[in-house]
Amino acid sequence: MSDTIITVENLSKRYLVGHHADQRGGFATYTALRDVIGREARNMARRAVDLLRGRQILDGAEVDEFWALKDVSFELKRGQVLGIVGRNGAGKSTLLKILSRITEPTEGRAILRGRVASLLEVGTGFHPELTGRENIYLNGAILGMKREEIRRKFDEIVAFSGVERFLDTPVKRYSSGMYMRLAFAVAAHLEPEILVVDEVLAVGDADFQKKSLGKLHDVASKQGRTVLFVSHNMAAVENMCGSAVLLEEGRCIAQGATTRIVQEYLREMTRAATTPLEQRLDREGSGEIRFISMVSEGAGNSPVSAFRCGEEAILHFVMENRTGRNLQKLRTAIKIFNEGGSCVAQLDSWLLGQDAWEVFPGRTSIRVVVPRMTLTPGRYRISAWAALNGNVADWILDAALFDVEGGDYYGTGRLPTTGRVGFLLDHQILTETTQ
Amino acid sequence: MARHPNPLMSTVPTDLLKDANVVPMSNKDQSLREDFFGREHELIIEPGRTARHYWRDLWQYRELFQVLAWRDVSVRYKQTVIGAGWALIRPCVMMGVFTLVFGKLAKLPSDGAAPYALMVFAGMLPWSFFSTALADASGSLVGNANLISKVYFPRLIVPIAAVMVAFVDFLIGFAILVVLMIWYQFAPGWQILLLPAFAAVAFLASLGVGLWITALNVKYRDFRYVIPFILQLGLYVSPVGFSSNIIPDNWRLFYSMNPMVGAIDGFRWCLLGGESQLYLPGLWISIAATILFVWLGVRQFRKMESSFADLI
Repeated sequence: MSDTIITVENLSKRYLVGHHADQRGGFATYTALRDVIGREARNMARRAVDLLRGRQILDGAEVDEFWALKDVSFELKRGQVLGIVGRNGAGKSTLLKILSRITEPTEGRAILRGRVASLLEVGTGFHPELTGRENIYLNGAILGMKREEIRRKFDEIVAFSGVERFLDTPVKRYSSGMYMRLAFAVAAHLEPEILVVDEVLAVGDADFQKKSLGKLHDVASKQGRTVLFVSHNMAAVENMCGSAVLLEEGRCIAQGATTRIVQEYLREMTRAATTPLEQRLDREGSGEIRFISMVSEGAGNSPVSAFRCGEEAILHFVMENRTGRNLQKLRTAIKIFNEGGSCVAQLDSWLLGQDAWEVFPGRTSIRVVVPRMTLTPGRYRISAWAALNGNVADWILDAALFDVEGGDYYGTGRLPTTGRVGFLLDHQILTETTQ
Repeated sequence: MARHPNPLMSTVPTDLLKDANVVPMSNKDQSLREDFFGREHELIIEPGRTARHYWRDLWQYRELFQVLAWRDVSVRYKQTVIGAGWALIRPCVMMGVFTLVFGKLAKLPSDGAAPYALMVFAGMLPWSFFSTALADASGSLVGNANLISKVYFPRLIVPIAAVMVAFVDFLIGFAILVVLMIWYQFAPGWQILLLPAFAAVAFLASLGVGLWITALNVKYRDFRYVIPFILQLGLYVSPVGFSSNIIPDNWRLFYSMNPMVGAIDGFRWCLLGGESQLYLPGLWISIAATILFVWLGVRQFRKMESSFADLI
């Protein structure tokens, strides 16, 4: 019996994407009625032809090919834990879906020598009207456990989830925390040879995340199962995975020891952050208003290469409104992440009480002013988010980065150096002689 | 926390290994991996490759049929007052209305000496099963989209479970029929023994047409609008409110191509004994149509199954 449990050879997956020819920026421009009729008639004719030829019906006149995965190959031996990392949209979930047999590859093949259980979502199949007890049996059966197995492990599952008191109430009454715990409890008691886990641990509160990571670590190291783990949490990946694979735009661009891959990934993120914002395609939202550039500025609105501790720091964004009309109720928020990927600060116009912004067509300049930079020296990344009237308009993760250098925060002439983490807090140290 | 020992590394500190405490797979796990002939359970995922193990998978996931059917049945009556009573009320009311409209007002003749109400009910039961099964099955895949996009199991289970749920309703209706027969003091003949066979024909007819439409519905959502229309039409074209004997002879064969004609006529014949006549050539055509639909349905479903997750 060979030791290799998963072999993936040149796995590729292609999707067909339709485009509407006469729409710009994601929303229709005004057209004459005769144009609309003409367009609809052509659409119907094209769909009829597609139907007869057995092709997929797509919305839009132009059809594009989108390769979610292209020529991905790797091997995994029994008992190994493989981390799969990459940016959003890199193809990680697609890879897992193919290995879980949920969707078929377009090219290539994968050979699995063992039972696979997938955790792509917590609480798959949970029905809100059924009680916790009934949902345990339902979810367990859906995940592939036999009734006998569920019955045997029932008490363990309930104990792990901690919802014993509410076991006979419909799940729609559960708090989100209880729901997650129950769902994860069932999934955690799967016993497959190969376990495929997709960022399920990213949802839920800190307690839940800690517990689920702990259990996963248990499964991986103590039970010796083979695990494929997709996550954005680099700390978890480094902790649990012996080796990792880095995906970027559907291709496997690196694989090997985890530390090296994580470093490579972080380097990729930096590279992404230096692509001009205007050209960035990995954004979400309606697109009515878009971030197109960011510049770091210091006091007096003059561009700087890095911020200094204790001095005024300005993040100057330029946003563009291409809709041709005035947009209401703009809200922007910035999240600041340190190099480890942890979010260290949030800047939000809503928290500042600035609710009534109206945005005119064209470019708008937004300056986020931090009077005294309190972050310790280092490199930071930001994600930028903008919403109009409550609907997300533009959201880019890793939109830009900035550096903070040591500055005289406390006015004592002593500068904090790189390597310290956390914040510089205003403080005093008082001493008193006691008996 | 101990780092996971990388087997690719040749020099691993022994204390790390001790921490990891890798437990060798038990014998039971071994047997899961190897099938009856000791061949390793190897799964190859390739484009266009129909799983060798599809039917074996279906057997392995057999409990899921029951679980999904049970889920749909339990959920139906949650938070209701009358609860399972609805399963009884609906067929009774339908039967009452049909007897009134077709028997008393339109004065269509009954089969032999059997009471009209009984004839209607005996025809309505399988039709009601077919109609519910078709409506539920065609929406079942789209309705379970969250499962289909996140978990693997043979997708055939979903529409079959929907048909099973309709079958439960059928059994309840059957119990009412028995009560009705007792009330009319109508004793069935030896033909009743063939009842399970015709129930099976009805089941297969529902399954066949259901699978075919379900598979197409995932790709072309037009079927969502077509189905209620087909079912309404079918109600008048199938011998539910009337007896097949009123169809003129030259149309009889064409009329029999409706798979439910055989099931309903056969059902009536079984229940009402000699009072209802069975037109044999029509019956065979109907059964042939049923088998054709089952074959078409399964084939279409299997062909489209691999792309469900992408289209749903």
